[in-house]
Amino acid sequence: MSDKKAIIKSENFCFYYGSKIGVKNISMEIYPKSVTAIIGPSGCGKSTFLRSINRINDLIANIKTKGVLLVKGHNVYDKNTNLVNLRQQVGMVFQKPNPFPKSIFDNVAYGPRLQGVKKRSYLQQIVEEKLKAAALWGEVKDELNKSALALSGGQQQRLCIARALATNPDILLMDEPCSALDPIATGKIEDLIDKLQTDYTIVIVTHNMQQAARVSERTAFFCLGELIEYDSTVKIFRNPAKKQTEDYVTGRFG
Amino acid sequence: MKNNNAQINKEPKTSSRSLALTALEDFNGFAIYHSGRFVLFAVSFNTVLIVLLIFYFVIQQGLPFFKNFDTIEFFTSKQWYPEADNPKFGALSIIFGSLYVTISALLLAVPAAILAAVFLSEIVSHKIRNYVKPVIELLAAIPSVAYGFFAVLVLAPFLQTHFGLSTGTNALNASLILSIMALPTIISVAEDSITAIGRDLREASYGLGATRFETIFKVVIPAAHSGIIAAIVLGMMRAIGETMVVWMASGNANQIPSPWWDLTQSVRTMTATIAGDMGETSKGSPHYQSLFAIGIVLLAMTFLLNIISEYFLASAGKNSRKK
Ligand SMILES: Nc1ncnc2c1ncn2[C@@H]1O[C@H](COP(=O)(O)OP(=O)(O)OP(=O)(O)O)[C@@H](O)[C@H]1O
Ligand SMILES: [Mg+2]
Repeated sequence: MSDKKAIIKSENFCFYYGSKIGVKNISMEIYPKSVTAIIGPSGCGKSTFLRSINRINDLIANIKTKGVLLVKGHNVYDKNTNLVNLRQQVGMVFQKPNPFPKSIFDNVAYGPRLQGVKKRSYLQQIVEEKLKAAALWGEVKDELNKSALALSGGQQQRLCIARALATNPDILLMDEPCSALDPIATGKIEDLIDKLQTDYTIVIVTHNMQQAARVSERTAFFCLGELIEYDSTVKIFRNPAKKQTEDYVTGRFG
Repeated sequence: MKNNNAQINKEPKTSSRSLALTALEDFNGFAIYHSGRFVLFAVSFNTVLIVLLIFYFVIQQGLPFFKNFDTIEFFTSKQWYPEADNPKFGALSIIFGSLYVTISALLLAVPAAILAAVFLSEIVSHKIRNYVKPVIELLAAIPSVAYGFFAVLVLAPFLQTHFGLSTGTNALNASLILSIMALPTIISVAEDSITAIGRDLREASYGLGATRFETIFKVVIPAAHSGIIAAIVLGMMRAIGETMVVWMASGNANQIPSPWWDLTQSVRTMTATIAGDMGETSKGSPHYQSLFAIGIVLLAMTFLLNIISEYFLASAGKNSRKK
């Protein structure tokens, strides 16, 4: 896999909230069509790094960055970056399911409509395809006009995945996507992640060590805003190079 | 640190107390709890009682009118000659006048208010918003007679000279002033409901490649629609119940403008009719009763609007709690 060319590449990337450091000197390469997990204790900058990749952190006032963060070879913090294009190529799934208070159909169709798709039949085709990709089609195909808020938490999260897929991204960022879900719903999302990696690059932040071990190919361990160790998941969990990593994955820390 | 010490020092004292209450302590607690409840109950009961008494009084005074005179004529005829030898009580153009200036005022106020609410909650920085919003809310505290003076002394001559109207006190003048008066209410409530929409929905929208404009108009405003509707209804209540300003600004002509959309003609509202005529009637006379009949209509309208706004505010609250 390391022979593949990296799709996301950061070099000494630093992120500041005002004068407060979010992450510092992160250098790592994330490979396409695979699952990369980010683990680490609370407040160590996992979300900060993840949310830098699609620049959703821009919504916060007074942020600053240093270093380079490349997505498909383009520095996302370049001032010429088109945020609309970037975010259509880098989809995001959030910690708490956040469907719009609209119908299931309109949720999935939101992205394509922004891209200018108007034809109902084409939208229908996209909605069906993406709901199938998110393993939700079977459960909702007869009630696409029902409010998304009437779905269960796990279904809502899969709807959010379908909604993110509908803009045809290459990369899917997931920030603790299962932390609000029960074990069965979590299992379904993990199966889905496993399936999606054939087509998408997935970066997932998780507090659940077993989850990282189960779904990811490579794992990055963050601590206090720094990248401590980044290697294949097997190595990180079986035979980490750093003492800090070992303490964390064996549960002696954090 | 100091606090901690204090607590530690206190601890032995409290722990030396027995867990069970003495009979006196028990009774004291019981008495304080129940007398407190009684006082609160008495206060809130009084408020409710006063409102009910107002209802009762208006209905009691107005109801005989509907018994003694033709109800259908009251709602359908434009002939309003309450002091004639053969009095006529057709309130159609008065009811129409109230709705006319209210709705025109809302047509002017709502778009501006919603844009202002969006601007305050989405565009300007938090700091500016925290300065501007209290100022806007303060506008609601200006006495309506001050607005009335503005209408008569500034707006009316302005309309007369610049638009060549025969009179400056007309439906347009009243609507303009009412719309200014309704703005603070609508802006404030709409802004609250837009701000209450969680960050998660906005992030979801931005995350899908939406611009700020698209996020505001396709996600935030639709999600806040209950609160915005409630804001509009509250503004409507403010406008329809307003008395002093319309009395001064509307021209008080008992007519339905023709053509109906001609705002530059004078009209007369329910509130202005009641306020203007009440002093000239003798208690219990048909004219007096007819004014209370108008009061019943007005009360029914505001009551209905109140229920509608409560409904939408409740569902706005439910929505924002869900998130
Ligand atoms: N909006 C913000 N403004 C200021 N500081 C922030 C903001 N968001 C995060 N931080 C700070 O940046 C650091 C990294 O936070 P981040 O949310 O990335 O951690 P995390 O690893 O995702 O934690 P968790 O596992 O709890 O989600 C923390 O010290 C946090 O306090
Ligand atoms: Mg986080």
